[in-house]
Amino acid sequence: MTNMIRLHTFNGGIHPAENKDQSTSRPIASAGIPSELVLPLHQHIGAAAQPVVAVGDKVLKGQLIAEAEGFVSVPLHAPTSGTIAAIEPRAVPHASGLEELCIVIRSDGADEWITHQGLCQTLNVEHLQDITPRQLVEHIRSCGIAGMGGAGFPTSVKLNIGKQDIHTLILNGAECEPYITADDMLMRERAIEVVKGAQILLHIVGAKRCLIGVEDNKPQAIDALNAALVEVNEQHHIDVVAIPTKYPSGGEKQLIKILTGEEVPSGGIPASIGIVCQNVGTSAAIYRAVELGEPLISRVITVTGDSVARAGNYDAMIGTPVSYLLQLAGYQQQKRERVIMGGPMMGFALPQLELPVIKTSNCLLAPTEKELPLNDVAMACIRCGMCSEACPAELLPQQLYWFSKSQEFDKAEQHNIFDCIECGACSYVCPSHIPLVQYYRYAKGAIRDERAAQAKAEKARLRFEERQARKDREEAEKEARRKARAEAAEKAQQEKKAAAASGDVATAAPAASEELEKLQKKLDAAQTAKAKTQDKLDAAKADESMADKIPAFEAALVKTQDKIKELAKEIAAAKKAAKAAQAAEPAATATDKGDPNSPERLKRKWETAQGRLDTALKRLEQAKAEGLDTVDALQAGIDKQQERVDEAKAAYEAALSGDAPAAPAPSAEELDALRKKILAQEDRVQKMQERHDMAKADGLDTADALAMGVQKQLDKLQQLQQELTAAEALAANANNGAS
Amino acid sequence: MGLLTLSSPHTHGPNSTSKVMAIVALATVPGLIAMTALFGWGTLINVVLACAVALASEAAILLLRKRPVSFFLKDNSALLTGVLLGLALPPFAPFWVTAVATSFAIVFSKQLYGGMGNNPFNPAMVGYALVLVSFPVQMTTAWALSTQMTGAPAMGFADTLSVIFAGNAHLADAFSGATPLDAYKHLIAKSTSDDVLAQATFNGWLNGGWEWVNIAFLVGGVLLILRRIITWHIPVAMLSALTLCSLMFGWDEDMYTPLSLHLLSGATMLGAFFIATDPVTASTTPLGKLIYGAGIGILLFVIRTWGAYPDAVAFAVLLMNFAAPFIDAYTQPRTYGHSKARRGLPEKK
Ligand code: SF4
Ligand code: SF4
Repeated sequence: MTNMIRLHTFNGGIHPAENKDQSTSRPIASAGIPSELVLPLHQHIGAAAQPVVAVGDKVLKGQLIAEAEGFVSVPLHAPTSGTIAAIEPRAVPHASGLEELCIVIRSDGADEWITHQGLCQTLNVEHLQDITPRQLVEHIRSCGIAGMGGAGFPTSVKLNIGKQDIHTLILNGAECEPYITADDMLMRERAIEVVKGAQILLHIVGAKRCLIGVEDNKPQAIDALNAALVEVNEQHHIDVVAIPTKYPSGGEKQLIKILTGEEVPSGGIPASIGIVCQNVGTSAAIYRAVELGEPLISRVITVTGDSVARAGNYDAMIGTPVSYLLQLAGYQQQKRERVIMGGPMMGFALPQLELPVIKTSNCLLAPTEKELPLNDVAMACIRCGMCSEACPAELLPQQLYWFSKSQEFDKAEQHNIFDCIECGACSYVCPSHIPLVQYYRYAKGAIRDERAAQAKAEKARLRFEERQARKDREEAEKEARRKARAEAAEKAQQEKKAAAASGDVATAAPAASEELEKLQKKLDAAQTAKAKTQDKLDAAKADESMADKIPAFEAALVKTQDKIKELAKEIAAAKKAAKAAQAAEPAATATDKGDPNSPERLKRKWETAQGRLDTALKRLEQAKAEGLDTVDALQAGIDKQQERVDEAKAAYEAALSGDAPAAPAPSAEELDALRKKILAQEDRVQKMQERHDMAKADGLDTADALAMGVQKQLDKLQQLQQELTAAEALAANANNGAS
Repeated sequence: MGLLTLSSPHTHGPNSTSKVMAIVALATVPGLIAMTALFGWGTLINVVLACAVALASEAAILLLRKRPVSFFLKDNSALLTGVLLGLALPPFAPFWVTAVATSFAIVFSKQLYGGMGNNPFNPAMVGYALVLVSFPVQMTTAWALSTQMTGAPAMGFADTLSVIFAGNAHLADAFSGATPLDAYKHLIAKSTSDDVLAQATFNGWLNGGWEWVNIAFLVGGVLLILRRIITWHIPVAMLSALTLCSLMFGWDEDMYTPLSLHLLSGATMLGAFFIATDPVTASTTPLGKLIYGAGIGILLFVIRTWGAYPDAVAFAVLLMNFAAPFIDAYTQPRTYGHSKARRGLPEKK
């Protein structure tokens, strides 16, 4: 140690029996080549790798057998030479107990390497400067390196720090779990690799310093690291820091707190406070990848516990069966068999032994019952608070337990259950032997499920409310339109009246005809009277005795004639007025043309809506084909659009039937457009049908949805056809009228 | 293959609830010895009697509740309740007082709430409070005077048995009297401190032997803290609050009980280290424990000074039991990675 590093401490923590000496007495031994290796495609956080080999293929050691799929993923390489025996689901070491796709390699024993090359031949700082961090990260990724300490996060992702300013690189060599000594032995024997890996990492993240945190119960590892630092003359950037032995100091968050005094924000990552943390094993693997070009195909694993005769550390190929390793270490089966992958605090008990070692497996612990007694029956929580004193996350485990048990998940969340790192310190100290961590796992799972369900319900609710609001809005609009129409009609009426008042002859049509009849009758009467007077006049002219009455008769005749003339005039005027009234009526309807609810406008509206729907549908198909996650949103949009189209159509149809006599005859262009539309629609129906048939043939579960789609499109087609018929009839009428 | 698959962690510390309870009970031994040495056999007999009644009531109710009797008896919590009640009750209390207090404590304030861990109130103190309000005469006159006061050896074993079980209270006349806390409170109303101390009850000794009892409990309590069975928070907060109140409001010895009497007399130390710290009914957060302890200290002073009862550990503890869940909700510690503590109840959705 060249610089003095001020150490900090984290809350709580425990001191379980270390049990490390059993496995540190002998050097790391090679586990050899098992006859069969099982390589799960999913050994890390993120997406599973995709196989690039086929059953029967011959592969060489280090050959790529599965490539990364997506950003958060790492490729997989053959740990030894041999033949691909199978690519099939096998049991994998995961708490779920589920099977996952694995590549099975039958080894040929030759262990023949593929030609491989590092990025720089002899690694030193000068050479490093010639390689960009990007190149290095890409290389690390292509070598399949994932975090070897815990969760197995793809290392390249962790090193992709973006714009974050990293000031400190931390190498985690704390190894605080009891029994596990894999990192300890690695640091003792391969300190130089760890240190050179640190150099590479420093270059990548651009940090000024690197702290290697090692618990002070590993003095040999600390000495070895310091010696390696002197060897590569790196004492100025890299410090080996001995930290007090306390579980869980190797937790990333805890180690960061110890070494820097800073805390990783809840829910955040170390990079957000300028820190990158890597496991020492990962660092060594990075060195091997960069200098030697070796992908991650083996790792050091501790095999220990009183059930094995030769506890120690083994350099085992990834994919080595657990049973093989146990046998190598002299495993004696116990009456109540128990094998734990990982340590006693956070490891998980394997359901069977035919499971492979994966990139994150750091220990196999096969204890006897005497060594690690099974838990007693749990007693009630006495709220002694010993758990909260031990909790490194400064939680109140007793309260979390209470809330988890009574399913008061909101309170559990309020008590920060998601900050629990499941270290098990609370369970360890609990005098009532309550399996607390189990409760937290349950509660976390339940809360996650609940959140997902809630998000879904919320989405549905929003959609419903939106639809409701739209309906209301449309209702209001409709009402407004109805009112507007009524007003318009009223106005037209008034205009007509005004017109009648201004023109003396222009009377309302029914009134005019009545008048006309009356006038006609009068005229008839006048003409009869005239004829009679004429007769009388003629008789008087013939009869001398009545000669004195002739002038009187003549005057009467003139009078009648005048009357007749007048009546004729009146009749002509009345007839004109009636005609004018008839002409005025279409004029009144014609004023509707500027109204937004005129059928043409409504139709245009409908057409635009339909057009939009069509584009949306196209987009949806595309999204579905590409498996984009916008599908849901698009679908929602389409539903909405469909409604709009339906409404527009309904409005149009209502207008059409209501104002039928006023509907103008469709022009030839309009008819043409309609016909084209029908053709397009027929096309669409056919395409939909084809897709439906295909889906049905493939037994896809989209078939039902597609069937519905076909029906919809068919309906639409029918509608269009009806429309066309109606339009054609209208046009024909108009033509008849014109001729 | 039938491998054992249990959830992590796969190992466990050496602690157990029965052990915790047993250690607490054992830590009262210095106090018990002091009581017996100074006040005679009464306390020891009470402790044995209370333990027997406690275990019997617990077993009976477990049978009724169809619970495994031996499993729950082994948790030692009933035993501890018995021990604490035996220590708290007056040495010459008739056997039925002890029996009523203990059985009520176990049956009503613990088992009827669901057994160990589920009771909101300190069972021993519920039992104590019940007999204190029900049988005030026995509870105030059955106290023994210390050998220091009487200057004579304590009453014999046989006579004590006779007083407790046969109701021959007159046998104890020469050995019994009011506790110093009680006496001082009554006498100081009419005289000065010096006069009071000259009275027969005190015989010049302010604490009348109780100081040794309290020191013995203090020793036991410190052992519990060192063994990490309890934390320092509650006792320290309670004693500090009591001290502070006494200095602020009761500094006049001619009017109020002096501080030394508060701290080293009555059930102060027993209360601070063994009763207030009962984990089930106390606050459990670090800050909450401080508030809880201080609350007990303040209430203790208030009731002793202005209340009707000479001692008040039971009432002070029970009152704070009420507040404990509330205190807990508002005193959550700050979790790692959070800029500040999240307190209060979750918002209703
Ligand atoms: S340690 Fe166990 S018994 Fe004690 S408070 Fe925590 S959960 Fe309850
Ligand atoms: S498991 Fe969770 S609650 Fe328990 S000590 Fe660890 S972080 Fe705290």
